[in-house]
Amino acid sequence: MPQYLVASYFPDNYNPSTEDEAMVRAIDELNEEMIAAGVRLLVGGLAPPSQAKSLRSQPDGGVLITDGPFMEAKEHVGGFCILEAADMDEALAWARKGVIACRARSEVREIPYSSLPSGTPHPSRQHREES
Amino acid sequence: MIDIHRAIEAVWKIESTRLIAGIARVTRDIGIAEELAHDALVAALEQWPEEGIPDKPAAWLMTAAKRRAIDSLRRSRMLEQKHGELGRELELQQRRLSEAMDQALDQVIDDDVLRLIFTACHPVLTVEGRIALTLRVACGLTTAEIARSFLVSEKTLGQRIFRAKKTLAEARVPCETPRGDELRQRLESVLSVVYLIFNEGYTAAFGEEWMREELCNDALRLGRMLAELLPEESQVHALLALMELQASRTAARRGPTGEAVLLPEQDRSLWDHAQIQRGMAALDRAQQLGGGAHSYALQAAIVACHARAGTAAETDWERIVFLYDALLQISPSPIVALNRAVAVGMAQGPAAGLRALDALAPEPALANYHLLPSVRADLLAKLGRHAEAREELHRALAMTDNAREQNLLSKKLKQATFKD
Repeated sequence: MPQYLVASYFPDNYNPSTEDEAMVRAIDELNEEMIAAGVRLLVGGLAPPSQAKSLRSQPDGGVLITDGPFMEAKEHVGGFCILEAADMDEALAWARKGVIACRARSEVREIPYSSLPSGTPHPSRQHREES
Repeated sequence: MIDIHRAIEAVWKIESTRLIAGIARVTRDIGIAEELAHDALVAALEQWPEEGIPDKPAAWLMTAAKRRAIDSLRRSRMLEQKHGELGRELELQQRRLSEAMDQALDQVIDDDVLRLIFTACHPVLTVEGRIALTLRVACGLTTAEIARSFLVSEKTLGQRIFRAKKTLAEARVPCETPRGDELRQRLESVLSVVYLIFNEGYTAAFGEEWMREELCNDALRLGRMLAELLPEESQVHALLALMELQASRTAARRGPTGEAVLLPEQDRSLWDHAQIQRGMAALDRAQQLGGGAHSYALQAAIVACHARAGTAAETDWERIVFLYDALLQISPSPIVALNRAVAVGMAQGPAAGLRALDALAPEPALANYHLLPSVRADLLAKLGRHAEAREELHRALAMTDNAREQNLLSKKLKQATFKD
């Protein structure tokens, strides 16, 4: 079954302490539900973008590292979930629940290659992983 | 552009199991629960395209089901007391029903879902009824989808579900999860239903399609759900291992034109190695729980032998023969014995394989089974007895309706024609 990344976007000034009990419970319940349905492979919450470091390769072969997120924007990815769903429609139905529970915006992308259980390894690795 | 009907169907697919499970806790009858949930879906299909999908679709569906439940309660009571006034008792019942349903949605618990699956797979039902009802209530499939999967008309399938629900009601099957020893017994019925669904998808017995992947996915999902709900049951993990390991070969089982590719010829780089790991982990779990000698675990261990071999030639056939012997001890079956003969042929040479196979020939259950002559043809060809091999292939061809298998056999026959 295909895997999907659901990336949740939060405003840069997002303050996690504003999460009330109801929201925490809603997120908990959704996690339980996803586990019980066998769709949840991995979830992660990210540190704020202010703590991010960005890397850019330079023409001279070096790497330039700067403080802050790679792209200047008002919202950044704050958390993600990797799920396994029958198709994009089902992934969207789960992401919809996530958006309601987390009160955030999100983006869904299919993951054609993945090292997670039941994912398809990248073509460059398929022969190597076999041995 | 997002298609609203597909979006609603997807919402239904992920919400319906818990919705039906929650309603069934109140109604104590999964037939009624399923009908109420379905009425709610019909209401959603009418209203959501206009109003948009609500924030909490499950709550919306539960409310719609609740309204239906109260309506039908009122209607049945009105029939009962045509002349009398609808007294306080009815009002009280309505309030109780309404509260119970609100509560049910608030906390659909794992036990509700388990109860639903165990009831749908109840031994009082025919096997076909169990399969249809399980796909309907525990996988969120529509009657049309199930009918398509099993290549029967929607009407036939609808009747099958109707009869199953009626049987449950008539037999007064309590909607509950059995405990202790009974759990073990009933679990066997549940697992066999899940595996039948998987197999129906994996090897279609008839028709054009070699495999119907969606059924395999539904069975896998049921298996993973059960492993989550009954983590201490070794058999659940063993069946899950078997299904994951078999499903890991999906991409390699079909050639570029949709033709069947058998195990020895499969391109093993197409096997889903991450899924193999998942299957191996489930098999480990089953063995740790002390279930290594059970049927599903032995079958999974056999598939695992293939999964571990980098090439067909590296397969540990001696171990596979050993596992088949163990399997035959606990569940003697002519099909297993046939597979064992193939393994003997690989481990000890075609002559030994042929001897093992011919010991089975009088088996009436295999009289019309195309794989018997087909395997015999392979062994004979390896021994250089090509004329006899061709005869066997002709016999095999006459015994199967599956177009893909027929193709495979015809191809072998063509190859055999140029020998000797």
